Amino acid sequence: MSSYVIRGARLLGNDPVDIAFADGVITGIGTGLDGDEVIDGTGLVTLPGLVDLHTHVREPGREDAETVLTGSQAAARGGFTCVHAMANTSPVADTAGVVEQVWRLGREGGYCDVQPVGAVTVGLQGTQLAELGAMADSAAGVKVFSDDGKCVSDAVLMRRALEYVKAFDGVIAQHAQEPRLTEGAQMNEGPLSGELGLVGWPAVAEEAIIARDVLLAEHVGSRLHVCHLSTRGSVEIIRWAKSRGIDVTAEVTPHHLLLSDDLVRSYDPIYKVNPPLRSNDDVEAVRDGLADGTIDIVATDHAPHPMEDKECEWSAAAFGMLGLETALSVVQQTMVDTGRLTWEQVAQKMSATPAEIGRVANQGRPLAVGEPANIVLVDPAATRTIDARDTASLSRNNPYAGLTLPGEVVATFLRGRPTVRDRVLVTPLSTEGASA
Amino acid sequence: MIKNLLSAGDLDRTDAIRILDTAEELLGVASRPIKKLPTLRGRTVVNLFFEDSTRTRISFEAAAKRLSADVINFSAKGSSVSKGESLKDTALTLQAMGADAVIIRHHSSGAPHRLAQARWTKGAVINAGDGTHEHPTQALLDAFTMRRHLVGSTGSDLAGKKITIVGDVLHSRVARSNALLLHTLGAHVTLVAPPTLLPVGVDHWPVETSYDLDASLEDADAVMMLRVQAERMNASYFPSAREYSRRYGLDTARLNRLPDHAIVMHPGPMNRGMEITADVADHVRSVIVEQVTNGVAVRMAVLYLLLGGAAGETEASEEGLS
Ligand SMILES: [Zn+2]
Repeated sequence: MSSYVIRGARLLGNDPVDIAFADGVITGIGTGLDGDEVIDGTGLVTLPGLVDLHTHVREPGREDAETVLTGSQAAARGGFTCVHAMANTSPVADTAGVVEQVWRLGREGGYCDVQPVGAVTVGLQGTQLAELGAMADSAAGVKVFSDDGKCVSDAVLMRRALEYVKAFDGVIAQHAQEPRLTEGAQMNEGPLSGELGLVGWPAVAEEAIIARDVLLAEHVGSRLHVCHLSTRGSVEIIRWAKSRGIDVTAEVTPHHLLLSDDLVRSYDPIYKVNPPLRSNDDVEAVRDGLADGTIDIVATDHAPHPMEDKECEWSAAAFGMLGLETALSVVQQTMVDTGRLTWEQVAQKMSATPAEIGRVANQGRPLAVGEPANIVLVDPAATRTIDARDTASLSRNNPYAGLTLPGEVVATFLRGRPTVRDRVLVTPLSTEGASA
Repeated sequence: MIKNLLSAGDLDRTDAIRILDTAEELLGVASRPIKKLPTLRGRTVVNLFFEDSTRTRISFEAAAKRLSADVINFSAKGSSVSKGESLKDTALTLQAMGADAVIIRHHSSGAPHRLAQARWTKGAVINAGDGTHEHPTQALLDAFTMRRHLVGSTGSDLAGKKITIVGDVLHSRVARSNALLLHTLGAHVTLVAPPTLLPVGVDHWPVETSYDLDASLEDADAVMMLRVQAERMNASYFPSAREYSRRYGLDTARLNRLPDHAIVMHPGPMNRGMEITADVADHVRSVIVEQVTNGVAVRMAVLYLLLGGAAGETEASEEGLS
């Protein structure tokens, strides 16, 4: 394997410095470093490979929408070196067999590490715990469990799940959605839902579950992670919970940082997502929450859907948007260019902390000598007009299509091998295979 | 004039009055021995109904035929057309068949908007009721009926008139469209309903709201009762049909508290004994049957103005419809 040196890029957005790596490991950080291949980093920013705690790869079951391979390729283009694959596949990832399959497909693809999330309940049915221990003990080493797409709404079952995963340092990632309050829900409940005649998804349906779950987590002393938090009230509850010392973490998606429910006025299902796009006030609140650390991480909730599930009337359309390839740009626009976060903090919230929540040992590591060479090189001065067809994903449900966003991933390295070079995807050497 | 009629909010005061005045002229056609004008001869109008509504479909069909248009009725209910993509495919088919106007009724709010905005069809799109969103021609026929009874003259609006709309506003496309159009025409609208049947954000609408029907009767010029569907009862929007009728139903006692000139309206179909008693429905002050007649004239006016366009102008003025 050749050795690389990235020359003169701004490490974590700070001063320019060279970074050299070989055999998958960072070998030097300094000036005047050399390597077989030299990459000019002038004007670029070096970040640790990004880690997504919330990706839908659709395989097994909906390989027409996305596969582990295409999802990994989209991830690499977005600067990710690790994604967590949500469990709501078909079959559901509720056994050791399914999670190992997904994990192995990720390794074989070689574009990024695909860390499976296990279902909390059998078939996401919310009635019986899945074999959480077997998934934890499998080759995939599952630590994150979620019925994402559905809420573990039964309080007793949620309590048991929180307690049970303590045995192997797991975490329950909750999709907070009180089911009765959101029956038939189509968009954020507010003045616009009343005007458009679409059934509302009230903020309280999210907040009530988060409030309940932080109290449960406190009661049993367990780790809770809140998926795609989207309202001002949710931010306030998490802030309160953290002030009480409850072991809770929370994520916000790029789309909840940038887009608001005004877009639903078009009735274009490209904007249909769960939880729904919220009000501008909520958007402000989640930006504040991310900036002040109440919200720990950004997670994409990358949710590919084929054309026919979106090119239809609103209520017939599927919930979900693509996100992997635009996440960093959206975060740059909403958080970095507005002065709310430094690049160093972006590295924390999009790499180190998600890896820590997911207990992924070799991802989200600092950029330091001896650490794995999971590196992304970003051009923050670039601007690009998002083209829905320019994607590695099999789906095109991109809500940013037509928007001009800042920042572009120039290169991504997974354990020292490029998956993206000169802004385009490159075939990773397959020698790493399933044994890595 | 607008190209599509998707929402009552698409109409400004001038357009709305133009439709009402045109309908006034067209109302005469219905009483002629030959109830037909050649205005839309050679044009194709499609009734695209994804949801059953014989009343609305027949009204649009009669309107189109009286203007000599060719009418295709496409009922998508119960056919293979139940999943999303079909809306697009159906629209493309209609486009290939040369539809000049698509009158769409759909169970999904915003389906007419999708049809118009995704450019799957080039014809004019007329919303004949979408989900719990809007039903703009119903609002136009209601306004037309009100104007005939409460104002009387063409060219005028409904400035200062007090309209009380009662019942299930939350699920009512009629209420939404009426709130918008009546506001545009200068009327004061009061929505009366139990709090569970008023939408979140109704305080942003150009209306007043009340939970108390009795307090909203004394100075009303028109009272419009909305249909309450039986399934709302099982969903706990209110405790029982009896309690609903007692608090929000229109009976003779309440009718007698209205001013003498006030009219009683209902978009139909009625639940006699629920939101309205039989004797009130058939009372001399009830204009419910007349609303149906006016519906045809208003829909003729909408088709005429949306499809007639510049090309139809000369032909129309020969008919005395300038
Ligand atoms: Zn998700």
